[in-house]
Amino acid sequence: MEVTTSQYKRCDLIKTSGRVDSSTAPDLEEAFSSIIDSGRHKVVFDMTDVNFMSSKAWWVLIDAQKKCKRYNRGEVILVKVQENIRDSLDLVGMGSYFQMFDDVTAAVGSF
Amino acid sequence: MVFPGRLTSLPQICEFIAETAERANFGNKAVYQMQLAVDEACTNIIEHGYGGEDKGDIDCSVIIGQQDITIILRVRGKSFKMEKVPQPKLNVPLEELQPRGVGVFLMQQMMDEIRYERTSDSENVLTMVKRKS
Repeated sequence: MEVTTSQYKRCDLIKTSGRVDSSTAPDLEEAFSSIIDSGRHKVVFDMTDVNFMSSKAWWVLIDAQKKCKRYNRGEVILVKVQENIRDSLDLVGMGSYFQMFDDVTAAVGSF
Repeated sequence: MVFPGRLTSLPQICEFIAETAERANFGNKAVYQMQLAVDEACTNIIEHGYGGEDKGDIDCSVIIGQQDITIILRVRGKSFKMEKVPQPKLNVPLEELQPRGVGVFLMQQMMDEIRYERTSDSENVLTMVKRKS
């Protein structure tokens, strides 16, 4: 799975597409880790083209959110979460751990 | 349909379920929920039932009823005690959130009925039913 990352002045942007399941979640995890391990903790995840997220994928986001929010040093923000994904996220109460935006510019600008 | 028990089979298994459910006129939301339940089930089968990839196959069949769809996964591997899987602790502070039990909880939430049976010839049969709402 292709995961692209871009570094902005005040935050980093991660983008991928398609399915994030247990076979592809490690690629997403690697993208988050490379940003967090280099000391940056404000991350926008653009989910415009993501059409499936299994629980393994959510745990990548939850783990990243735990690391980023520690010491109030940052946050993971989600952009354009498709309705089916959001419904299943809300069903297990995980939606409440993330701010969600409808466009990347607003999300990047929120930092 | 028989799929090799490895994580890269997940898209094909989900595609098979989605195509069949769409042909049976299930809506987009229900089709997504079925795929999520099957994805979680197959991940658990591969990681826990078989204890790794390429240890056995996943036999997936679908029965379309008038008002429901039944997905049956038949696998070898270790038996599964669904009742022993703990309920995940949800709606807790972020730091306390743990992944244990979330997959099974999701399967239960996504489907209307889930049954598990270990047959006399050591086959595990997971049956999941979704009704048209």
